[in-house]
Amino acid sequence: MNNKVIHALYDDDDVLMKAVKDIREKKHHIEEVYTPFPVHGLDKILGLEGTKIAITSFMYGCLGFIISILMMDYIMIGDWPQNIGGKPSFSYIENMPAFVPIMFELTVYFAAHLMVITFYMRSKLWPFKKAENPNPLTTDDKFLMEILIVNNEKDLIKLVKTTGAIEVKVIEKNI
Amino acid sequence: MVLGSMSLIYGFLSAPSTISEAQEMVADIQHGEEHGTSLNHYKEESSETDIDKQEVDHGEHLLHQLQNRPWAALYVAALFFFMIPLGVLAFYAINRASQAGWSIVLFRVMEGITGYLLPGSITIFIILVLSVMHLNHLFIWMDPEVVAHDELIQGKSGYLDTTWFLVRAVFYLLGWNFYRYISRKISISQDQGDHLKNHKKNFRLAAGFLVFYIYTESMMSWDWIMSIDPHWFSTLFGWYVFASMFVTGITVIALVTIYLKSIGYLEYVNASHIHNLGLFMFGVSIFWGYLWFSQFMLIWYANIPEEVTYFITRIEDYNLPFFGMIAMNLVFPLVFLMNRDYKRNNYLIVMAGIVIVLGHYIDVYNMIMPSAVGDQWFIGIPEIGGFMFFLGLFILFTFKSLEKAPLLTTGDPFLKESEHFHY
Repeated sequence: MNNKVIHALYDDDDVLMKAVKDIREKKHHIEEVYTPFPVHGLDKILGLEGTKIAITSFMYGCLGFIISILMMDYIMIGDWPQNIGGKPSFSYIENMPAFVPIMFELTVYFAAHLMVITFYMRSKLWPFKKAENPNPLTTDDKFLMEILIVNNEKDLIKLVKTTGAIEVKVIEKNI
Repeated sequence: MVLGSMSLIYGFLSAPSTISEAQEMVADIQHGEEHGTSLNHYKEESSETDIDKQEVDHGEHLLHQLQNRPWAALYVAALFFFMIPLGVLAFYAINRASQAGWSIVLFRVMEGITGYLLPGSITIFIILVLSVMHLNHLFIWMDPEVVAHDELIQGKSGYLDTTWFLVRAVFYLLGWNFYRYISRKISISQDQGDHLKNHKKNFRLAAGFLVFYIYTESMMSWDWIMSIDPHWFSTLFGWYVFASMFVTGITVIALVTIYLKSIGYLEYVNASHIHNLGLFMFGVSIFWGYLWFSQFMLIWYANIPEEVTYFITRIEDYNLPFFGMIAMNLVFPLVFLMNRDYKRNNYLIVMAGIVIVLGHYIDVYNMIMPSAVGDQWFIGIPEIGGFMFFLGLFILFTFKSLEKAPLLTTGDPFLKESEHFHY
């Protein structure tokens, strides 16, 4: 289905923030905002939900923790008891202090890597993907706001122009 | 606002009465115990003089340990509450030196807590002087007879010398109190006078203090804590003690802030400030756990007799406080404070804060007691009395210095940023 959207270009993040606030107050739907850098507080003004990636990270950490315990038990105790520095090598619990750094490292490793991979999958990013970003200027120093037009095109364009946009375009887009 | 804390005065007028009670309690117990144990000792000596000299030696050793107990209880509490303002002072200086923007509204709270630094220094110094005067046996290296039979302490006698020991103590205490005094003075004159100039002054002073602090704090931990067990040594100990006092200090800042907020002051402190303090409580707790484990694991792994005895006495005789402390100081904050919303809830921060503060009391207890009283430990009336006494003293001086100045540093150039801080 083809939809009309407005692409409004801004050149200052403070102006952008104010514009987002004004446009949302008038009950218009902002599809997306493209920015060259993370703008602090923009997610709150846009009304985006808080991220749940922290929860996945916690679960991945637990997974890494459990895997490290099982792995150390198998490698250092079960499969081939290793004698390092005369420390008890036949009991997991007595040898546990030596394994703590590994538990810590694997917890961090799993949490970090799996969280990044989850993030890529969730935002549909993969190698050699074509950029979705509509205007290459947003990778440099411009901010682009994409607003969905329902039926009030003229009012909306007028409104967007008053918010300090340096360029306003109407575009047909496949959503 | 300057003297608007009349309710505080009322609330803490009750503290002195409990203080004197607690003091009497400690004194009573001290007399009772010394009396009781010396009776035991006489009995042992009179009935068993002919049996074995070793028995008597053991009895004497036991007597020393039991005599040490009220002193050690007093010292643990005094040191613990002295280290709170010291940790807060370090946190304050870090905020000053890094020119942090968020914490300006909390500066007066921090300055209030460091108001206990001077009384705390005096109590510590008195205890140290009494030790040097051989009124107690906390520091066995001060006893020339012990040193005469101990080659290891003889080797260290250049450093562990009573005069030099006191000179160092005076040096640290003067340095810290000097910084606290000057910085407080600048901070108050900033409210009236030149904002930027005073800000810069405090910035330079804080940076200089931090350098001084990290050396002296480390040496303080060798002198006052590590030397109780003069054979043992750990190069990480200074950091470990620092982490402990730092996290306790930050927790106490959070507790005092929430208390003041709950009775209607500090209206400009919002959930984000509490959240930030919660983040520090969480992070430094983990830092503490990291240092604890680094010290433990290297010594455990190396298994050098001199070093490993430290942990063996703690694991065998102090099993519950030793491992209970790790649960309270590392596992509990790690799990409890991980959630973002928990850090923004005053009630939950207070709960976590109380556990952390008690946990670090047990940490200090574990540092001192095993070397001072051996396996004759118990958290009984002397310990609780000592804790209550210094808690009362701490609260009294903290709130006394809180009410001396307005609770908001109106002159700070970053004040606006701090008031609008949201995370």
